[in-house]
Amino acid sequence: MTDLPLVGVPRDTRSKQAPTPSTGKPQRRRRVRRLNGRDKLVLGVMVGIPTLIQAVFVWIPMVLSIALSFTKWNGLALSDIKANGLQNYKFVTQNYPPFWPAVQHNIIWLAFLALIATPIGLLLAVLLDQKIKGSRIYQSIFFTPVMLSLVLVGIIWQLMYEKDNGLINNLLRTANTSHAVDWYGNSKVNLWAALVAATWRHAGYIMVLYLAGLKGVDPSLKEAAAIDGATAPQTFFRVVFPAMRPINIVVVVITIIEALRAFDIVYIINRGTNGLELISALVIQNLVGEGQVIGVGSALAVMLLVISLVPITFYLARTFKKVD
Amino acid sequence: MAPKESAPSALEAVQGFSRRTVLKGIGVGAAGIAVAPVLAACTGGSKPSSGGGGGGSSSKSVTVGSGSSDDVPKRAYQAVFDAFKAQSGDTVKVNTVPHNDFQNNINSYLQGSPDDVFTWFAGYRMRYYASKSLVAPIDDVWQSIGSNFSDALAKASTGDDGKKYFVPNYNYPWGYFYRKSLWAAKGYQVPKTFDEFKALCAQMKKDGLIPIGFADKDGWPAMGTFDYINMRTNGYQFHVDLCAHKESWDQQKVKDVFDNWNSIRQYQDPSALGATWQEAAQNLSKKKTGMYLLGSFVTQQFTDKAVLADIDFFPFPAMAVEGQDSVEAPIDGLMLTKKAANNQAAKDLLKFMGTGKGQDAYASVDTSNLQTAKDADTSKFNALNKKSAEIIANAKNISQFFDRDALPAMANNVMIPALQNFVKTGSIDTKNLEAQAKSLYAAQ
Repeated sequence: MTDLPLVGVPRDTRSKQAPTPSTGKPQRRRRVRRLNGRDKLVLGVMVGIPTLIQAVFVWIPMVLSIALSFTKWNGLALSDIKANGLQNYKFVTQNYPPFWPAVQHNIIWLAFLALIATPIGLLLAVLLDQKIKGSRIYQSIFFTPVMLSLVLVGIIWQLMYEKDNGLINNLLRTANTSHAVDWYGNSKVNLWAALVAATWRHAGYIMVLYLAGLKGVDPSLKEAAAIDGATAPQTFFRVVFPAMRPINIVVVVITIIEALRAFDIVYIINRGTNGLELISALVIQNLVGEGQVIGVGSALAVMLLVISLVPITFYLARTFKKVD
Repeated sequence: MAPKESAPSALEAVQGFSRRTVLKGIGVGAAGIAVAPVLAACTGGSKPSSGGGGGGSSSKSVTVGSGSSDDVPKRAYQAVFDAFKAQSGDTVKVNTVPHNDFQNNINSYLQGSPDDVFTWFAGYRMRYYASKSLVAPIDDVWQSIGSNFSDALAKASTGDDGKKYFVPNYNYPWGYFYRKSLWAAKGYQVPKTFDEFKALCAQMKKDGLIPIGFADKDGWPAMGTFDYINMRTNGYQFHVDLCAHKESWDQQKVKDVFDNWNSIRQYQDPSALGATWQEAAQNLSKKKTGMYLLGSFVTQQFTDKAVLADIDFFPFPAMAVEGQDSVEAPIDGLMLTKKAANNQAAKDLLKFMGTGKGQDAYASVDTSNLQTAKDADTSKFNALNKKSAEIIANAKNISQFFDRDALPAMANNVMIPALQNFVKTGSIDTKNLEAQAKSLYAAQ
């Protein structure tokens, strides 16, 4: 009873209809359109509130950001907003030194997650999907970092990376010598150091998704492949992996989005400066806080939005195609 | 659990209702979350109107917005307000906001419903809000406290229009800190000129020390070095004009600053970009580095009494112009918001802050800073405090700090990456600095 549709079916018809659902199909379709006042109210509220929330917290700010990116404003009186054409975009791309390194770092970030972190997650999932002893324990261990915020991840890895007190330099026996690598401070290595820390977390996330995916693959597919004489790698790459297509799409989108919104870890390391510039960190630097330059920050945010729209559009197009 | 035919309506109603409620709840909750920072920023929102509403001089209560959220300064300000209350009978209500939030939200705070009095800094950051008429001039307060401050402090409290907007509470100088025992053992002498300074650095390097402790992971400490070399190379007024972007960045004078810096860059700690000032302070106390340029707050890091007693400092050596006349000594104090322009209790509080009695109340809790009023009690000063006070008193010009003297966006978004890159590579693109400055200052 409780799983009957909540809206759209007037309650007087429902009680009659419920016991004989099979006969009611044509009737039902006609009656669905007959919404009484209360239903309309319910519908209105159910659709209206989420729409309102969406509008207030997503659409209106987005439109305002886009509008502000073509202005200059000191953030004080509204009358101080002055049109600025494309100057903010010109400033960002031509005069703002951290911008192009940030774009480059975002691309490296994406490539690293896609080519290294995600495959590691897949590998972990495949290994844990075998019936090995203590599989649950390993799962928990690999999943733990996912439950930590990237801020915490950054701090934990700081303990490994510290120049004189960190674990790595002490294992390398370079701590307190002039050969000690300053993992977070040296702009030649700190991006990679941050990526390793991000991978530690990202791989666990991907692992869980793929574990769920692997559990969902029909075992008879594997049996059929085995009967046909396929080797284990062949079974995996030709049969199992393609069968996990929906998961693969989710993973691709998640990887792209994680790469674009990567922010907290570099912010906690050094606020996204000195080799760790990322577009998201530049957005925050320009929009929040004392260094507020609303026009420039908005322009950066719009650029990030446009870049993000590509994978999001791709993902939504896929999802809706499947529904149809 | 499952009710029969008669019940669905009730159940549905309950369900529908609860779902809607939940949604509403989420909506309200989300709105609440979104509004919270705004409310926090405008802490004045719900307080009983003190001066603003009535605007009369009969108001006997004053609210203070404070960004001094760390334990010691918070208690120190409370001591000031308690002393004020004891003296005047006026009540003081304090709204303390974590200092980063306070500074970040200052725009919306001042435009919303701010408190009567708020904690702030001297410098461009003060003059900027004065020029936007978001704070009230307090010339009448200065008439009674003016004689209590040096000319340099009075100048630092004045807005672009010549009116006073700021009452100093305390300040602290920047200089080269060092360990007396290390210097005595090696026979080092305090350098007066830049050449002596460079010779000393070379000697320290030969002795196996890192001559100049340096840490710039946070970005701002390098501004201290830049400010001093700039003032010693081009003079105090050039520093002020450059910070206000009345001078171009793309000129030989600015390049000279970086050239001079380059001549001592080899002596600065090479791991600066990965270290915080606290770590650099530890290196000084461990005698790994010979000296360290920072504000006197560096002494907070020396918890060992023996080390603290072994610390001394000297002002930045003289270079091309003005000898050692200029001292970088950021001033913190109080300002009056626009809405409290006629609140006599608020002005009385500012007057109180401008007296030795008020500042002594602060210093009784926070001993790491120096009172600025002439009639403040300095009998409790330690040797370091005495020396700091003397250097500041003898200074002809007091600069604040690059991020207080310049547009915050210039300091945070432009100078931090530019200086970090300079520290790394030794090269600077003054043309690009000027291009960025032009765009950012125009946006204000």
